[in-house]
Amino acid sequence: MTASDDRSGAGRGGLNRPHQATAPLLEVDGLSAAYGAVQALTDVSLQVMPGEIVTLIGANGAGKSTLLMTLCGEPKPRAGRVVLAGEDITGAPTHAIMRRGVAQSPEGRRVFPRMTVRENLLMGAEALTRGDPTPQLERVFVLFPRLKERLAQRGGTLSGGEQQMLAIGRALMSRPRLLLLDEPSLGLAPLVVKQIFEAIRALNAETGLTVLLVEQNAFQALRLAHRGYVLVNGRITMAGTGQELLARPEIRAAYLGGH
Amino acid sequence: MGRTNPVAAVKDAALAALVAFGLFAMMVGLRTEIGPEGALVLRQRWGDVAILCGLVFLGRLLLTLWLGRRRVAASTKPGRWTARLQQAGRLFAPAMLAVALTLPVLSGGDRYILDLGILVLTYVMLGWGLNIVVGLAGLLDLGYVAFYGIGAYSYALLATEFGLSFWLCLPLAGILAAFWGVLLGFPVLRLRGDYLAIVTLAFGEIIRVVLLNWVSLTGGPNGIAGIPRPSFFGLPFSAAGGEGSFAGFFGLEPSPSHRVIFLYYLILGLALLTNWVTIRLRRQPLGRAWEALREDEIACRALGINVTVTKLSAFAIGAMFGGFAGAFFATRQAFVSPESFTFIESAIILAIVVLGGLGSQVGVAVAALVMIGGFEVFRDLGDYRMLVFGGAMVVIMVLRPRGLVGTRTPSIALGEKRAISGELVGEGHG
Repeated sequence: MTASDDRSGAGRGGLNRPHQATAPLLEVDGLSAAYGAVQALTDVSLQVMPGEIVTLIGANGAGKSTLLMTLCGEPKPRAGRVVLAGEDITGAPTHAIMRRGVAQSPEGRRVFPRMTVRENLLMGAEALTRGDPTPQLERVFVLFPRLKERLAQRGGTLSGGEQQMLAIGRALMSRPRLLLLDEPSLGLAPLVVKQIFEAIRALNAETGLTVLLVEQNAFQALRLAHRGYVLVNGRITMAGTGQELLARPEIRAAYLGGH
Repeated sequence: MGRTNPVAAVKDAALAALVAFGLFAMMVGLRTEIGPEGALVLRQRWGDVAILCGLVFLGRLLLTLWLGRRRVAASTKPGRWTARLQQAGRLFAPAMLAVALTLPVLSGGDRYILDLGILVLTYVMLGWGLNIVVGLAGLLDLGYVAFYGIGAYSYALLATEFGLSFWLCLPLAGILAAFWGVLLGFPVLRLRGDYLAIVTLAFGEIIRVVLLNWVSLTGGPNGIAGIPRPSFFGLPFSAAGGEGSFAGFFGLEPSPSHRVIFLYYLILGLALLTNWVTIRLRRQPLGRAWEALREDEIACRALGINVTVTKLSAFAIGAMFGGFAGAFFATRQAFVSPESFTFIESAIILAIVVLGGLGSQVGVAVAALVMIGGFEVFRDLGDYRMLVFGGAMVVIMVLRPRGLVGTRTPSIALGEKRAISGELVGEGHG
């Protein structure tokens, strides 16, 4: 255990406002990953600056989730580097990466079905932080008041939207520097998606939390994000600000169904 | 759920009867017997087959109609059964403990009852030990008896070869079993569910086969005899009494029941230790990580839980209690052989955990009492004992698909604790 265990200090708060800091929080350089003989990611490079919301869009099977999982240490990259706040975390085990201030809301939400909402949330703080988790719990309740109402209910009995809130809330419990969200809109009604995205926007605006968002729902994601990357067959084919990408005709044709 | 269509129910029952016919036609209908001239003759018993198939038909029909009448209402309140069990549970567990503590008095020193008590408590302890691995951490282990065997042989060998005392060997047996637990854990870290079950099953068999074939160390099928009996902290239980023996020291009439009572309290203490450690651990970060692991391994990783350490610790601690129980077994029997550590033992322990309700301490104790005690009680039924036994298991699984106590009390709660009914949760996946 090193000083990196202490997550309350640097890298949060005012320092994280967009475009104030110059060093990227997350830097991915020439990353390649594969499942056996199947190449999933080829030479992927991207940067996430502190305080940014960056989205990664692409079709089914483009490698979005694989990229997130590779950032978290599994599968191990075949080539390339992952640098978090100046520290090389390439090939580090998942729990060690999470300990350096990364939190993830995994694909399909994956809340603990038999545990209560409260237990689910506290599990988020369990392995990664020390001290009283109550203040952070209160912050999560401000963001998702619904969770407070459901505190004694089991994770498995929540609606899809509530489960997504719980998954994000659980990830926030470790007071991360970088929040990875894997398809938070998956299987949710448009109204609920709007709510969730609004919460992500508020979270970023109020606390300056850096977010890397993987989405199939390109339109919503690009509107929310400061910048975006487009992933096709494991390669990054386009990058730009959310507005730029939204305006591109090829994006409109491929992902937005001609909106 | 609406009413069941009677026609469909009859069809379903007929199908069940057909399946039963397929089985019973061979197993019951045809029987080879030695005829009057010494040749084999085939005796046909179609009447018996018809009776059995009829029973299956009726049983299935009643089951379908009865289950069809039950309504499943969605509610976060505990079910009727659950509520009742919970209510009873509050008094039941202390009552059971009181009976267990006073059994030597209640039974009036009856040797048979005490021996049965020791047997049941051994399985309670094994059930609680396996409950850590299967019930809490969700790792399906079909080779748990291997650790029981390792504990037993550890004590047997250390005591007969080096003359070490029981109280020294007990922790050593636990440590050795835990070591083997970790050793088993490493190769299976990436496995889950059925795959894990198969590897652990093989592990259990490997240990037994090694014990059977390493004749120079373990004595092979002959086992190890003459294992020292436990002493009362240095005072032996000798039938002659006299200075320096248990009876002599306390000025009692020497009696063979002293040792039995001592063994009874020894296993009761060990079982309660297992229970206490489990209950404590459930409230510790490690125990919560186990439960999270059972719920969802990928989510665990995403939350920064070190899955490797979590799994290995579950295997190690579960194995350690198996080792303790094994050392106790060896000192009680004064003899160990590989025959005591066959797969059926693992299966019985697992059945106790599953019937009791995965993760429930009280449930496991009740299931051990019912399974082991009940098995003894029905001894008079002879060959029908297995039938009663199997039938009882089917009935429990139909009525209480998540085990006798299929509830989970949150380990963290605000104010009043609310149990979580198992009925509302999907069936577990190994």
